[in-house]
Amino acid sequence: MVKVEKLTKKYGGTTAVDAIDFEVQKGEIVGFLGPNGAGKSTTMKMLAGFLPPTSGSAEVAGFNVFSESLHAREHIGYMPENVPLYGDMRVNEFLRYRAALKGVPGRRLRERISDVLELCALEDVEKKMINRLSKGYRQRVGLADAMVHEPDLLILDEPTIGLDPNQIRLVRDLIRNLRRHHTILLSTHILPEVEMLCSRVIIINKGKIEALDTPQNLRTRLGEASQIVFDARVSDARSASNLLQKISGIDNVSLRTDGDWTVFTIRAAAGQDPREAIYHLAVENKWPVREISRPPVSLEQVFAEVTNGEDA
Amino acid sequence: MRRFLILLHREIASAFHQPLAYIVLFFFLLVTGFNFHAGVSLLNNGGGTTTMIQAFFNTVYFWIPFLLVFPLITMRVFAEEAKSGTLETLMTAPVRDFQVVLSKYCGALFFHFVLWAPSLLYFVTFEKVTGLNPGAMGSCLGAYFMLVLMGMLYTAIGCLSSALTDNQIVAAVMSFAIILTLFFLGLLSFLIPSTGPLLRELIHYLSPLEHMMEFSSGLIDSRPVVFYLSSTGLVLFATYHVFQYRRWKS
Repeated sequence: MVKVEKLTKKYGGTTAVDAIDFEVQKGEIVGFLGPNGAGKSTTMKMLAGFLPPTSGSAEVAGFNVFSESLHAREHIGYMPENVPLYGDMRVNEFLRYRAALKGVPGRRLRERISDVLELCALEDVEKKMINRLSKGYRQRVGLADAMVHEPDLLILDEPTIGLDPNQIRLVRDLIRNLRRHHTILLSTHILPEVEMLCSRVIIINKGKIEALDTPQNLRTRLGEASQIVFDARVSDARSASNLLQKISGIDNVSLRTDGDWTVFTIRAAAGQDPREAIYHLAVENKWPVREISRPPVSLEQVFAEVTNGEDA
Repeated sequence: MRRFLILLHREIASAFHQPLAYIVLFFFLLVTGFNFHAGVSLLNNGGGTTTMIQAFFNTVYFWIPFLLVFPLITMRVFAEEAKSGTLETLMTAPVRDFQVVLSKYCGALFFHFVLWAPSLLYFVTFEKVTGLNPGAMGSCLGAYFMLVLMGMLYTAIGCLSSALTDNQIVAAVMSFAIILTLFFLGLLSFLIPSTGPLLRELIHYLSPLEHMMEFSSGLIDSRPVVFYLSSTGLVLFATYHVFQYRRWKS
């Protein structure tokens, strides 16, 4: 569905997107993840046919986005960041205009518009002026606009930014329902969103792709070297930490005190689980224990790892 | 063609969706109405051989609103969309750049026509009330033909200014400056009386004031027609390239 080869965008001396390659299959939801200024929006703008690249090529639904831009654009629904809309139009008027502009034939206009109004739960505000709508509604009008011409590919730039938790849930549910009919490429810097929605993640930093995999694989890739939290009341934190460090399979130990208690964050070597040894050590020294656990690795950590902790 | 018509429809609708349109219309009608009144007074006081058409189209009350209105009509056409970001959604729809530029230009031009349409009523009223002819058919057609020609060029200049910036005020000031410069170039021969024949010829070729004087007396000269049509084409071509260039650079 999407094929990107050596796509590069330079602004003067700075390289915003640096020779990235990736492919998206039909029916996938792919998440673009990266800190601000990583090149997510620039990549999406190029794919949507708004910005020409400095070099490289991109193909959507078999059409080159740059040399056959008009054909490619017919297959793309794009929602830019911050969802710019015409405030002086009513919701149904706006959708009608956009649908006609994107080539929906006259006899199908009514049907398409009522479809997207229903799908995006916009029926209540159908006749309202767009500049009177709340942020959540505006976001959904933007989504309705992006999909009104039944595009094969939806490109959504930060679809949930600036919404309250309820609205975020609504938009996420909507995106999840769309996967049956559309291939979706979305960008975000909210990590749980990616875990919830996407079948694959592209982590991008400083214009380069740092990782490209399923959320599960990314997690296990990092999960091999796992973290253990050990919370106990020890008489001397320093010596306890030294004792812990002696256990085989433990790379390093950091600690913080919480009243009488000390919370050790222990980094275990790849493939090791030293929790049993820690238990024995605690019994030996008669340390009362509040917690020994190995929290699952979140994408947050994966993200911090690949982007070297910047902005994570 | 269908897409162009959809875009044009949207342009015209958006022009009339903003309060500025009605403020402009109101003051424009007020000033042109006063201009008409001044013309009638002139004829009452024995205007000699001037016709109503000539009295209407060659006064300062005609030129001030005429020149002032273009920056107001055109300042928003590109600048507003560039600023609000709707240009991004517009240009990712399957439309060609020239369709967008032309639709915006034609939309603004349409508004210019709407502004001037009521003035036709003045002359109809004049004829009904006084029983006199406001001017020969030729001078009437000539004056309105010149109005259309100048409108085409000045609207194009306004569109170019709007395409150059995201700021509507900057766009308005820029187009106003260019339009005024063009107008005052035509006045140079009055300011510097001792100009050579070549320079006078050149100034005459450019002067909107003289063009309107000629056309409203029924003299249809092909040179100004060529001048306005070709420079409109040139400015629109520049607008198209500025529009593309700014997107490619953004």
